[in-house]
Order: sequence, then C-alpha cells, then structure tokens
Amino acid sequence: MSGPSSGCGFLMSVVVHGDLALSEQEKELNQRLRSLYPAVSDQETPLPRSWSPKDKFSYIGLSQNNLRVHYKGHGKTPKDAASVRATHSIPAACGVYYFEVKIISKGRDGYVKYMGIGLSAQGVNMNRLPGWDKHSYGYHGDDGHSFCSSGTGQPYGPTFTTGDVIGCCVNLINNTCFYTKNGHSLGIAFTDLPPNLYPTVGLQTPGEVVDANFGQHPFVFDIEDYMREWRTKIQAQIDCFPIGEREGEWQAMIQKMVASYLVHHSYCATAEAFAKSTDQAVHEELASIKNRQKIQKLVLSGRMGEAIETTQQLYPSLLERNSDLLFMLKVRQFIEMVNGTDSEVRCLGGRSPKSQDSYPGSPRLFNSPVHKASSSQTYQTSTYYIHKFFFSASIGKKNILQKSGLLHQKKTFLVPKSTCFLAAEVEMEVDHFSNGVSESSSNGFLNGSSTHGIDLEELDSAQSKRQLCGGSQAAIERMIQFGRELQSMSEHLRRERGKNSANKKMLKDAFSLLAYSDPWNSPVGYQLDSIQREPVCSTLNSAILETHNLPKQPPLALAVGQAAQCLSLMARTGSGSCAFASVDDYLH
Amino acid sequence: MMACLLEAPLRISVLSEVTATSRHYVDRLFDADPQNVLQGVIDMKNAVIGNNKQKANLIVLGAVPRLLYLLQQSSSSLELRTECAVVLGSLAMGTENNIKSLVDCHIIPALLQGLLCSDLIFIEACLRCLRTVFISPVTPVQLLYTDPTVIPHLMSLLSRSRHTQEYITQIFAHCCKTPEHQTVLFNHGAIQNIAPLLISPSDKVRMQALKCFSVLAYENTQVSMTLVNVLVDGEQLSQVFVRMMQRDKPIEMQLTAAKCLTYMCRAGAIRTDDNCIVLKTLPCLVRMCSKERLLEERVEGAETLAYLMEPDVELQRIASVTDHLVSMLADYFKYPSSVSAITDIKRLDHDLKHAHELRQAAFKLYASLGSNDEDIRKKITETENMMDRIVSGLSESSIKVRLAAVRCLHSLSRSVQQLRTSFHDHAVWKPLMKLLQNAPDEVLVMASSTLCNLLLEFSPSKEPILDSGVIELLCSLTQSDSPALRVNGIWALMNMAFQADQKVKVEIVRALGTEQLFRLLSDPDTNVLMKTLGLLRNLLSTRPHIDQIMSSHGKQIMQAVTLILEGEHSIEVKEQTLCILANIADGNTAKELIMTNDDMLQKIKYYMGHSNVKLQLAATFCISNLIWNEEDGSQERQDKLKDMGFVDILHKLTQASDPNLCDRAKTAMQQYLA
Repeated sequence: MSGPSSGCGFLMSVVVHGDLALSEQEKELNQRLRSLYPAVSDQETPLPRSWSPKDKFSYIGLSQNNLRVHYKGHGKTPKDAASVRATHSIPAACGVYYFEVKIISKGRDGYVKYMGIGLSAQGVNMNRLPGWDKHSYGYHGDDGHSFCSSGTGQPYGPTFTTGDVIGCCVNLINNTCFYTKNGHSLGIAFTDLPPNLYPTVGLQTPGEVVDANFGQHPFVFDIEDYMREWRTKIQAQIDCFPIGEREGEWQAMIQKMVASYLVHHSYCATAEAFAKSTDQAVHEELASIKNRQKIQKLVLSGRMGEAIETTQQLYPSLLERNSDLLFMLKVRQFIEMVNGTDSEVRCLGGRSPKSQDSYPGSPRLFNSPVHKASSSQTYQTSTYYIHKFFFSASIGKKNILQKSGLLHQKKTFLVPKSTCFLAAEVEMEVDHFSNGVSESSSNGFLNGSSTHGIDLEELDSAQSKRQLCGGSQAAIERMIQFGRELQSMSEHLRRERGKNSANKKMLKDAFSLLAYSDPWNSPVGYQLDSIQREPVCSTLNSAILETHNLPKQPPLALAVGQAAQCLSLMARTGSGSCAFASVDDYLH
Repeated sequence: MMACLLEAPLRISVLSEVTATSRHYVDRLFDADPQNVLQGVIDMKNAVIGNNKQKANLIVLGAVPRLLYLLQQSSSSLELRTECAVVLGSLAMGTENNIKSLVDCHIIPALLQGLLCSDLIFIEACLRCLRTVFISPVTPVQLLYTDPTVIPHLMSLLSRSRHTQEYITQIFAHCCKTPEHQTVLFNHGAIQNIAPLLISPSDKVRMQALKCFSVLAYENTQVSMTLVNVLVDGEQLSQVFVRMMQRDKPIEMQLTAAKCLTYMCRAGAIRTDDNCIVLKTLPCLVRMCSKERLLEERVEGAETLAYLMEPDVELQRIASVTDHLVSMLADYFKYPSSVSAITDIKRLDHDLKHAHELRQAAFKLYASLGSNDEDIRKKITETENMMDRIVSGLSESSIKVRLAAVRCLHSLSRSVQQLRTSFHDHAVWKPLMKLLQNAPDEVLVMASSTLCNLLLEFSPSKEPILDSGVIELLCSLTQSDSPALRVNGIWALMNMAFQADQKVKVEIVRALGTEQLFRLLSDPDTNVLMKTLGLLRNLLSTRPHIDQIMSSHGKQIMQAVTLILEGEHSIEVKEQTLCILANIADGNTAKELIMTNDDMLQKIKYYMGHSNVKLQLAATFCISNLIWNEEDGSQERQDKLKDMGFVDILHKLTQASDPNLCDRAKTAMQQYLA
C-alpha cells in the first residue's frame, strides 16, 4: 500500500551516511518494517527508525546512527534523569508495534541503576525517566517496576541489567502495552494508552549505554507470532460480524450487487442468466447493455478508432460534451497505433479493417522487416533513437520532427514510470477488482473478456517480432500524422479550457514511446500493455452510463472502495485493527 | 373418571404406534428379497439420523444382531453391507447406553473383520463406526488389542484415504492408554506411518495425528528418542510441532503440540535449554493458562507446564516472570465465580464441574514453580490469599485437590524463610496433621514429607506440632507397608530428635519401642535404615542423654550396631553406625558398653585400618572419645587399648595422607602423651 515512494526515507539517509554497510542495514530495516507493518503509509505516518537528536535532554548522547544512547550527566539525584524520544510516534496502522532495547552497560558502580524503557507523548519533559509524568510510561531496570504516569511504580517484572534485551510492544487495537525480557513476554504493563506515543528511553547513571533495535536486526522476541494471533482475531471478528436483521435480506442485497455489477460491465448474457435465476429485474434495456458491450470489446481489443466511431454513432453528443474523455480515448488510440492494434494502422498493414471475428486468431498476413536493428534490447539515448527511427523511415528527420512537433520528446525518457494515474486509490482498487472477475469468467465471448485473454497471449507470442505500428511504413506515417493531430487537439484544449496537467502528462507519456528502439521494453512500455486498456474502458463505460442517469460506478465497486477508504480513515483516527483487515485479503 | 378413560387408550396407542414403526423397520431386515432388505436398511438409516429415541427403540427390538449378521454375510451385496455399517455408526452416535448395547453384541470384532474387505467405501463406513465406538468412555480400549493382527492391518489402511487416516488416528489417540499400548503401536511402525500425516492437507487428519504423538510420547523414552530423529518432508518433527504452536493455529493444536514437545523434553530427547522449549513450548503453555482460554484448556495447560518445568530451575525462573503467570494462576481459584451463580445456571454448572480441576492444576503448577527457587516461593506465598487457599485446599473433599495442595505446601516448605513466617502465621500444621489422620497413601507421602520439613529445628511450628500428638502418628507411619511412608515417618522423627530435650527423646523411644526400632534397622530400604541410624545418632547426643538411653536400651543398641557393622551395607550406613558408636563412646557410663566388649573393639580396630577414609575417621573418632584424658577411668582405658595395639594404629594414622584423619589421629595420640 505504501507504494513505490516508501523508499524515499531510505534513499535520503543513504545519502546522508554514504556508507555501504549501513545501506545494507537500512535495506534490512526497510524490508522488515514493510513486512511487519504493511498497512502503514510511510509518507503519511513515518515509522520510528532511530532516536531523535532533537527530542532529547542534554545529558543524553547519541551515536551509531542515533541508535546508541549513553548517559553523560552527573547521575546523583532524580533531577539528573534524562530521556530521548524516537524520531516519530507509533502509527496506529501498525496494529501491533514493537521495538527492543539492549542494555550494553548498566553504568558505573556505586549508583542505583535507574533505567527506564517505555513510551511518552510529544512534549513530555525529557529531564525525567519514562513513566514519571502524565502521558509517559516506563519499565525500570533497578526494581522491575512499571511506572504508569506516576512517580511511584507498581511491581511488574524482573529487574534487568547489562546484556539483557528488553522489548516493548504496543497493541494499538486494545491500547495496551507489554514488555519482553530476552524474548519472554512479561505480561500486560499498561492499558488505556493514549494515541501517538513515541518509543522513549531514560537513563540516570553515568556510563549507562543502551542500543535500540527498531527493526534493524531480527528481534529476540517472536513478534510476528503475536501479530499472527491478532490478525486471526480481527479476521474472526470480521467473519463473525452480525449482518442483516431479517433473514434473506443479506443474500438479496448481495445478489443485487452482483447483478448490477454484471450489468455495469455489460456482461449481458451472464447478467441476464443471473437476474433470472435470482429473480431480479434489470434496470437497463438489453440493447443498451449490448451497445456498451460492443464498445467495451473494441476498447479492450485495442481497436480505439472503431470504438470512438461507434461511441459517436450510438451516443452522438457524449464525446462532444466531454472533450477530456475524447482526448483520453485519442491518446489511447495513438498508443494502440504504436502497438499496431488500432484499426487504422491495421488496415494500412494489409488487414481487413472490419475483420472483427478473425482478429484474435488470424495469422499476420505480412511481415515487412523494416528495421531489424530494432531487435536490439538496449536502451539508447532518445536523440539517437529518434534519429535512427526517422532515418529508417526515410523521412527527413529535421523536417518531420518539426512538423510532428515531437522534437521536445527527447527529454521525456527521463520521466520515471510512476504515479501517472489520476484516479484515486479507490478507483485503482476497483479496476483491479473488475480485472480479476473478468478474467475468471472468460467462459464465453459474449462477455467480451475472451478477447482480452487471447490478446495477451498473442502479445506474448509476438514478443520477438513486435514492430512499430505492425511494421508497416504507411502505418507509421499515419501514426505520425495522428500524433500531430493529437498535439494540436491538446493545444486547442489548453486554449479553450486552460491547463490540464493530467492531459499534458498523458500525451507526454504516450509520445515518449517513440523515444525507444523497442518501445515495449522501454520504461514507458507499460502503456502498451493491454491491461492499460481497462481504465480507459471503464472511464468510457462510466461516462455512457452517466448519460443514462445510471451510476457511473457499480455498487459493488463502490462498496469495495468504501471499505478501503474506511480502512485508511481508521488508520488516521487511531484504530489499530485496520492493520489486519486489508481489503485485498478478501478479494481473491 | 372420564378423563382417565379417555386419556389412557390414547397414550397406549401413541406408544404402540412408535414401536410399531420401529418394529416395521426391523421386520424389513428379515425380508426374503435382498432388494427389500437393502431398501429397509436405507430407510432405517434415514429414520435414525438425529433421533435418539428411534435408535434406542431399534436396539431394544434387536436390530443390531441382524444388522451385524447382514454386514458379515459374504452373500450380502457390498452396498447392503456398507449401509449396515452406516446405520450401526449412526446408532453408535446416540447415548452411552447405545454404545454399551453395541459392544455387548460384539460389534467390534465384526467391524474389525469387515476391514479385511477390499472395498474402500465399506472400510470407511466400518472405521467410522469403530471410531465412534472406541472414543466412547464406556468401551474397553483393550478390545483394540485382543487380536494381534488388528493393529498392523490398521497401519496398512492408513494409506488408503483421508477418511481412513482420520478415523484410525483418532482410534489410536483414544486407545493408547498404557505403556504396553504405546509399545504395541510403536512396534508396528506408528511413528513412521503417522508422521507424514502431520502435514496432511486435512485439518482433522493433522489434528488426530498430532494427538497420536502426544499419547505415544507421554512418559515414553523410546518413543521420544525416536521422534527427535524423524523427518517430515525434510523437516525435523520438533520443528513441525513448533509450527503447530503458532498463535494463529487452533488452540487445541497449539496445546497438543506443546504436550508432544513437553513429553519429548521430559524423556530427555530434547534439552531443556533448547529454543523450541524455552522460547516456544513454555510460552505457549503459559498462554494456555490465560483467562481467555476455556477452563479445560487452562487445566491441561497448567498441568503440562508443571510437568515440563518440574526438574529444571531455569524453566521455573522463566515461567515465573512470563505473562504474570503467578498471579494469573490465582484466578484458577475463583470458580464458580459469584457472577456466574446469579446470572446463568448453565455456566454455574460448567464452572462447578471444572472448579476442582482448576484448583488442583493451579496447586500442581505452583508446586512445580516453587520447587527450587527461593524468590519464586516468596512470590507465590505473597500471591493474594495463597496460604489460605492452600490451607482450605488441604481439607477439600476432592482427593485430587488435597493431594495437589499438599504438594504445593511441600514445595513451599523447602524454604527456610517460609517455614519461619507464612507457614507459622497460617498454622498450616493444623490441617496438615488432620490430613495425616486419614488419607490415601499418595496424600500421606506428601503430607508426611511436608511434616518432616515443618519439624526442622528452626521451624516455629515444631513446638505446636509436638504438642498435638504427632509422635504416635509418625511411629505408626514407620509401620506402613509403603517404604516412602516409612522413610518419611522415621525422617520426621529424626528431625524431631535433633537437639531435642530429654523428654521428647524419651517419648520417641517409648512410642516407637525398641522392637520397632530394630525392625527398622533391618529394613530392606536403605533410606529407612539411614534415617533410623540418623534418629539413633540424634537421640544419642549430649552426655546425659547418651547415658540415660544406653542404660535402659544399651544392650539392644549394641547388638544392633554389631549386626550392622557385620552385615553387607554401604559405606554410608557403616559410617553412620560408627558415628553412633562414637556418640556412645562419649557418654560417661555408656563408654563401658564398648570397653567391655572386646569384639566391638576389634571391629573398631578393623575400621581404623579400612581403605575408606570416612570409615577410618569415624572409627578413630570413637577411639579418641574412649581415651579422652579428662574423664574418669581414662588411664585404664588408655592402657587397655594400648595393649590391644591401638597406639600403633594411631601412630600409623598420623602419617595418613588425609589431613582430617591425620589431625584426628594426632589429637588422639596427645591423650597418651599428657
């Protein structure tokens, strides 16, 4: 969930330390944190990774990448106590959070070994040991007592000293905390903990040294096992959640959701059969569903030109009123042209443009080896490639570059493959979902999904001989021309409706395909993947439905999206159980 | 009158109708047409499902022998035989009485015979019925082992299907109750055959296979030692068990896997400091004691944990700080809770049923926890109302609870500090004495052993116990048939006699009687002999006591000493006896009993030249006492002993390599020089 950006903190700290061995440790830390706390968004709520050099009392010294703490005060009276907090508070989305502290040295002889390990809120006095003040909690080594926001401790566990590893586990589901000593759980120490606590350690004896482990190393205590127990508990809670007051209501609702979902995606045969067997009415005319199905089939098989044409025929005003949608469809058409799948380039390639039925399995009628050199898989600089490309196309390069307005594209290959989707996270989930279903139900071409499946297959088999626009010279020219039209459409749109960064980026990414000798294996090659047709397809479908005053999202997708949103809301409001209830777990 | 007349025939007709339909089912089993018989059995199957009344009726009407006959007839179709087995399985699902009737009709040999058929469906039906019969507490498990061909055949059927695996392992898990059963199953390859089932895709099979291992390994070194070397799919069995203890696994699985590892550990197959014990099994068992678990699970968890750590102080220390175990156990005493009594009769019933079990399990675990470490004992006695709970546990009606309570008390009584404080404050000796009056041997052993500790000289309870007539009680224990009780009785007397005043000593000798004393000196149990000698030694300390006792019982004591020194005994026994002799030599008048006994003097001489230093030392000590200068008649004794050649021996001993012996000899020699 944390996405590709979760590595940011890691990259930054590598730069700071510039140490190879350290980067190994950081890598391990990142890996462990990700596997322990998959629900935590590191951008929103960063995890504690070290002690904070800013949030500490002056008697505290830090070393070893701010993981080692030593005491440098006098240590004579409790007034000499000193604490340090971790860099960040514990995110609720951890569900269960754990860190360990190893006692490296108990400090000089002749002193009472005051040493406290625990938690405190932001702002709690650092000239104190954890546990002594409000919103501060600690387990002390000298007497083994626990201190719950109070100067007097309660008997809790054994004492601890040099060599011992003390762990502190915060359960953000029931807001309790327990400690471990050398891998053994000591039992609940605190209940009713407030949110946003920081790992904290306090010392009061000269020579005291402790090391923290926030996940840099494997933990002595088996925290994963404890988390397993809670995951099971939460999932049992979800499974046993009481639903529906009256009998049958729940089932009827689910049937409704399934039916509406099938209709939405125009699986009309299935929808009809399902509605019949569950005794439901379908709220859309069959013809209308079939129309949508036809368009979707075209989009999903990459025949964008026909798809746009058909849409304009069946829903005359739709694309006129929705120029952004039209632009998106056209950009996709451009991509399909590059792919060699769009009808316009396919007909130029010698294929019958309307040979719909023979498309998936039909053998390629020709293979003009225009440039064999392109089989080289290595990336080349854009300037070089564009040069080569236009050279082999026997068109004056400068001329064409100017004409087609593609000159600026040479920079774009630096743009990393990243968050190109405007769609919110929820929509992503939906897409993913619909994807899974359509694939699994590919039992008849009526549902329009079989094309998709075969298409993928074809892509794979054609991997070695993939060529730009299907390899036809005329098609390439048509594609270039289409690109120019697209460019001007984009400029037109900008003049009419102001800047649209999404549109701009979309176009940029699409044009970037031309910057590589093998666009399919380039950093922007993902656009050519047939799976990218699906968001386009679903956006177009939603737009059509909206014109019919039907919901643009099926209720099922809405519910899934809502559940996902609810989980992230839970994470923000401090409900730890969200950690163990990923929506994905329920979408097999 | 009218109402009666109307009602009576009605009731009869309803009753007869029921039996009539039942009879109809049975009658159809005797039909001449096999097809009708089959249909009859199928109809019967549908009629009995979930209907205990119908099941009872059919059994009363004699359906079982007919079904068994049809099942065994080779002329019956396989389908008919299978349906018969299914119906019988259904009948077995009813009440315990049903099972009894089935067993009485010899259903077990018939079904076991059926397993020889080759048809899997029929075998599964037979096994399913056998499983249901065997897991009932009313079925004698021995019936599984009567025919020696049965176990190997069951082993061979394990490979047939998931169902055969589930039923057979379940039968084994329930019918393995004694070491003999373990050996039979072991010898027929139970381990190799069942181990692969631990990774079966079926939850039920995995669980039953695991249960098999827990019953096979229980107190069985041979099985346990074999288990550690077993690999399942390339993985060590102990690791498979560890995985089964993961916290997301079903509780029953976690608990049973922990039992397996516990038994393997106790058998010495896994070290107590192995991570799979310290970091996995022990914490798992502590979790089983938590309030979240069912009462049954908490009982089993506590008992298993007590067993696991009994011999290992390090495990006891870890457990004592794990998850507040000591205070968690205090909760075991709160059943039935006051809440359950008011709100829910069912719950109250459930609580009551388990209350005894919970208490005894808690006492056992406390006993195990506190058996070595003084700090843990302190922690236990400081647990809320702990001593009161033990005191009331000692007089509970349930023997199991009494035994566990006294075990716990015994464990805590090893603490000097607790003897001095909490034991005295709570007058635990009182219920303990009461317990000793009338209890089974098991309880008596523990109670008397605890009493031994309470009679130690520093124990403040010693005085009140003495006043309560304990001597008679202990003397009677020394006459018990159980060696453990005799040891404890005489041990307690020995402790009591240590530095006791004259009155007590005389009382002990009187109550015990010299006859019993000498019987104990020839006890076949070395422990009894040693403690009896210890008692004698404690009785014969300080000069006035020595003379007093020797003047009344000198002859017998000297006889006994002679007897032991001449007999085949261990060095320890002889040393103790020589020490007694040395004590006698310390008396004023008692000395003469030795001096006038030349035979005894020869014996002392012999032991002074013995190869064992301890015996030499004790014998030399004895001589040293006899020739001690400051006492009356020392000159004559010195002369006599010199004449007998003791000086030469002493002289030799001053050259001994053992420094103690050398010193002792030199001191003795000085008596001559002075």
